[in-house]
Amino acid sequence: MRHGLTLKIGPAAFRVGSDWRAPIADLRTLYADYPPAPDGFADFTVRLEAKRPWRRFVRPSVHLGGDYMLPDALPLSLAHGLLAAEMGMNLQMALGWRRHLLIHASAVEKDGRALILTGESGSGKSTLAAMLGERGWRLLGDEFTLLDLDSDSVRGFPRLVSLKNAGIAAVEAVADAARFGPRLEATPKGAIRHLVPRADAIARMDEPAAPALLLYPRYGFDAATRRLAKSENFMRLTQASTNYVALGERGFGTLSRFVESVPALALDYSDGEAGIAEVERLWTEHVG
Amino acid sequence: MPDAAPDPVYHAPPAATLLRTPLDLLDAIYDRRSGLTHLVGEPVPAILDALAAGPASAADLMQRLADDYAIEGELAALRARLAELAALGLVDARAL
Repeated sequence: MRHGLTLKIGPAAFRVGSDWRAPIADLRTLYADYPPAPDGFADFTVRLEAKRPWRRFVRPSVHLGGDYMLPDALPLSLAHGLLAAEMGMNLQMALGWRRHLLIHASAVEKDGRALILTGESGSGKSTLAAMLGERGWRLLGDEFTLLDLDSDSVRGFPRLVSLKNAGIAAVEAVADAARFGPRLEATPKGAIRHLVPRADAIARMDEPAAPALLLYPRYGFDAATRRLAKSENFMRLTQASTNYVALGERGFGTLSRFVESVPALALDYSDGEAGIAEVERLWTEHVG
Repeated sequence: MPDAAPDPVYHAPPAATLLRTPLDLLDAIYDRRSGLTHLVGEPVPAILDALAAGPASAADLMQRLADDYAIEGELAALRARLAELAALGLVDARAL
């Protein structure tokens, strides 16, 4: 690889290499405040490679590579090299990480306690977490929430927040313009813009938090909340976890304790501000 | 239909094999042998509890369950549930 860098994000260390300068330059800017991999050793390697050397000059397209390969990884144009690198890190983490139970969820922290937001793509969890991160909460992570298998605490994994479509403008209105990456148009998920977490979220990435409340937000619905049965919550979390099966008995134990101790609610909301107000009301009601 | 095969005796797996977390509507059961997680509702937890007292035929198990529950189903229904549990590996069915 002609261009590359290493990064430590929470407990995981990555090496990203590329045949092209541009994606690595974008990553260096956006991840400027993150420490390098300790001793240079990375848990995962993400490679953005040209399929053949000459392709770099003829029709640049990015091919995802790394320790784990997904046969159906989408081909992305060079303009989306940054997105390819982010997707590569997500795939490595989702498929290869075994030290924590991984839930596809965003998380924020206040007073040492964690609010976890899970749901499908488009549910608004990234937007809500980013907006809370600008309102006195510490962002613990966007794409993945890491549950410690022994202490049951949430480990910080404050990657760039991946904002999509309507969520971009909502967060642009409240966050410092200098913390945004380039706007990527017409990706497989629509428009995407990355947000660098606030400096304190990066500086405190190694401080865990005790999980206190789990929400399943859904954007674009009439306002409503519903308490989830523990059994429904358990089932949905096994589906939202990328490594529950691989962890075996330890995953079962961690998830059982989580479901037993953390209240879970479904939250429908019609717009960002109303969603934030409802999240903060539920936090006060259930956590204090 | 008369039974052609002899009624099997059902055994609970060794106590350490299944990890059970009772949730509100369902029990989550982790099977250490297969690595599978099962989410099961009534009457499965009651059947597993009753079988924990010792191996039993379907008829004996029906009697045990009747000590604790007002039984509405028939023996054929219990046999069907036991056959499903045996297929899942949550109980062992052995010939007499």
